[in-house]
Amino acid sequence: MLIIESLSKTFNPGSINEKLALDNITLSLQPGEFLSIIGGNGAGKSTLLNCISGVYPMDQGRIILDSMDISYRPEYQRSRYIGRVFQDPMLGTAFDMTIEENLAIAYARGKSRGLKPGIRKAEAKLFQEHLARLELGLEDRMKQKVGLLSGGQRQALTLLMATIVEPRLLLLDEHTAALDPAIAQRVLQLTREIVSRYHLTTIMVTHNMKAALEYGNRTIMMHEGRIILNLQGAEREEMTVEKLVQLFGLKSGAELDNDRLLLI
Amino acid sequence: MVGLALAFAAGCLAGSVTALLHTKLNIQPLLSGILVMLGLYSINLRVMDGRANIPLLNKATVFSLLQGTPLEESAALLIPTIILLSMLVLLFLFLKTQFGFVLRATGDNDQMVRALGVNTDRVILIGLALSNALVALSGSLIAQYQSFADISMGIGMVIIGLASVIIGEVIFGTTPLLRRLVAVILGAVLYRLVIALALELGMAPTDLKLISALIVTLALSMPSIKAYLIAWKKKHSSPYSRKGGQA
Ligand SMILES: Nc1ncnc2c1ncn2[C@@H]1O[C@H](COP(=O)(O)OP(=O)(O)O)[C@@H](O)[C@H]1O
Ligand SMILES: [Mg+2]
Repeated sequence: MLIIESLSKTFNPGSINEKLALDNITLSLQPGEFLSIIGGNGAGKSTLLNCISGVYPMDQGRIILDSMDISYRPEYQRSRYIGRVFQDPMLGTAFDMTIEENLAIAYARGKSRGLKPGIRKAEAKLFQEHLARLELGLEDRMKQKVGLLSGGQRQALTLLMATIVEPRLLLLDEHTAALDPAIAQRVLQLTREIVSRYHLTTIMVTHNMKAALEYGNRTIMMHEGRIILNLQGAEREEMTVEKLVQLFGLKSGAELDNDRLLLI
Repeated sequence: MVGLALAFAAGCLAGSVTALLHTKLNIQPLLSGILVMLGLYSINLRVMDGRANIPLLNKATVFSLLQGTPLEESAALLIPTIILLSMLVLLFLFLKTQFGFVLRATGDNDQMVRALGVNTDRVILIGLALSNALVALSGSLIAQYQSFADISMGIGMVIIGLASVIIGEVIFGTTPLLRRLVAVILGAVLYRLVIALALELGMAPTDLKLISALIVTLALSMPSIKAYLIAWKKKHSSPYSRKGGQA
């Protein structure tokens, strides 16, 4: 369960570049809730995830995860409980290490890392089983370097790494935006499978309105650092992409930047 | 022997200072290293009693350990080889541990390592301490081998080290890990052979630094040169250029 109270964040305060990126955001997620976030470019979606995961310190507010106040913990400590997949497929893996070595690093999440062997036999077998479930043929390439994988394969691997030790919260920041449509679809499918298998509390930022309504069980829309729309239950069931676009105009008084948000 | 251990410890300390400058004071890594080297120059002079050169003749060294045994003649080759091979094995085993994985991954992508719950500041600290310890160990071996310590012994060594690594990796490959470690060692040997050859061919010893700089420039520009070559080949194999048009 995640509780965010009055979270605000301003970049470059006091300079000409001052930018209020998050404006008093309050939001909570029930255990197992799968929230999708949409919104135009610069709405503050990434900043929200980065404040939750501790990449940026916040100016004001509180973040409580499973009754732990993590507001002031450093990023690496929060990462023991929070799994992340980034938009850039290069950011989620170590390219000069093998698939199984990457997985081994992820598998030790939350444990201290000492002079024990990096990979044990039993672990390698477990990794192979997990990889087989991705159905991308990676289970036969465990000793190959991640640098040889395509963007989609890397994102699938990063998703696996983020969840191989069950996180209390999964944060996905446009994790399919950089991928070809076909492989993006596959990664989204995998996301759904993994999230429902472990009932993960999840926040997924997406540029794809259709995916935002299709995946998960709640959708919010952000604009200029605020949440301007919260959809769940029956209202969300009946929502269509067209109505959503209209609602956006109504609530924000702005035109949607169509070139970025995918409407179909 | 004690000297080697002390050098190792001093290197750890110097590396830790570099790491702290970088991680806690946000000074760029390369600049942090340069700052520490600068400061160490004075410290080294103090350690050497203000003298630029100290002879170590008739002092007990690791090489004098074998004195009076049948192996005495080959001590200069034998002892460094033993130390090198044990470091190779230890380093290989270390890099295969959980911490070793994290250390390597931090070099690749520190953001990912933080996202997986590891304090990368600490990893960088331990990594730099260890690597500097190895550098210090090498320096103290050299001093014992040549029976003197000189304040300027280490000048240009960063570039030579870099050249050795690049030459080794380009020629002998980087996968798997053990191959890479051996490649770096062979690269260092090869570098010295090239220098020896240059001297043999009548090059003035004072020109050595220039040669080193050229070798490193060549090695570092390898990817760009490759790209130019490929572009050049494309241009000259395209039908337009053959007909004499400007492609
Ligand atoms: N590190 C940063 N430094 C300064 N400004 C930033 C930084 N990150 C984001 N911003 C600004 O904050 C606003 C929100 O950005 P972001 O959260 O990345 O938007 P989104 O992910 O919704 O597209 C934008 O105006 C952006 O320019
Ligand atoms: Mg973003």
